[in-house]
Amino acid sequence: MTGIEIDLDIYPDEASLVEALKSGDPEACACMIKQYAPRVYAIAIRMLNDPDDAEEVLQETFISACKNIKKFEERSALGTWLHRIATNAALMHLRKRKRREVSLDEPIETQGGDDVYREVQDWTFSPDDHAMNSEIRDILEKAIAELPETLRTVFVLREIEGYSTEETAQILGISVSAAKVRLHRARLRLRQLLSPYFT
Amino acid sequence: MISQHQHRHENDCQEVLSHLNDYIDGELSPELCMELEAHLAVCQDCRVVFDTLSKTLYLVHKLRESPPELPETVEYRLFAVMNLEQFVPKKRK
Repeated sequence: MTGIEIDLDIYPDEASLVEALKSGDPEACACMIKQYAPRVYAIAIRMLNDPDDAEEVLQETFISACKNIKKFEERSALGTWLHRIATNAALMHLRKRKRREVSLDEPIETQGGDDVYREVQDWTFSPDDHAMNSEIRDILEKAIAELPETLRTVFVLREIEGYSTEETAQILGISVSAAKVRLHRARLRLRQLLSPYFT
Repeated sequence: MISQHQHRHENDCQEVLSHLNDYIDGELSPELCMELEAHLAVCQDCRVVFDTLSKTLYLVHKLRESPPELPETVEYRLFAVMNLEQFVPKKRK
C-alpha cells in the first residue's frame, strides 16, 4: 500500500472500527479512509470517467460517511455502505452533468436491434495464460471508459461492483428490463472495443 | 440470393445472441439452454461471440479484485478535507 501510512491493525475487527468511528475517533476515520478510499475512487472514476469529478465524489462520500456514521446500523458491511454512498454521489454528479448538457444522440433502447453481432473475430488470446498485468488492465479501463454513459453505469454497477440486475435497476431508477438491455449492449460493446487488442 | 436455410440459420443466430446474456448469467431455462448449446456446437460465428464475450467478462471480473491505485495527491487532499492532516507526513503538508 502506498501513500500515507496508517496502521490498519489498530482495530481488530470491523465492529470495533465502527464503534471508534461512532465515537468520533480521528484515527478510526483515517483507518476507514486508508482501507476503503481506493475502491470508492475506483467506483467514481469508472462511473464518471473524469478524475476531478471522481475526486469530488470521493471527498463527498467520506464527509457524508463521517456525518452519518451514527445512523449506520451495521446491517451491511461498512464497505458495502460506503459503496452505496459513493454510487449515489456519483449518480448525483451524472444527473447534474445531464442537466448541463442535453444529449441528442443518446441511443434509443429497444429490446432487439443490436447490430454488434456480426463482427465475429476470433481471439487467439487466452485469459488463462495471462495474469492481470497492467497493460491488460489499462486496455480494459480504457474500453470501459469509452462506453456511453448509460451503458457504463449499468455495466460498472453490475459487473464490477457486483450488484444484482435488480439492485442495479433500483439504484439507477430504471426498470429491470431496461437494465438488462443496457447490460446486454454494454457487454457486447465492450467485447467489440476489446477485439482489436486480442486478435 | 439468400437461401431459405441460410435465412433460418441467421434467425437462429439472432435468437441465440438475444439469449446469450441470460445464458451467461445462468438465468436461462434448461430447455433454452439445450437449444442454445446445440446451436453453439454447429455455429462458428456464435461460438466466437460467446467465447470472446466470456473472456471479456472474465477479465472485467478480475478488475474487481484489484482496484486501481488511489493517486497520492488525491489521498493527501482527502486527508486535508477530512481534517486529518496530522496523519499526513510533514513534508507533504
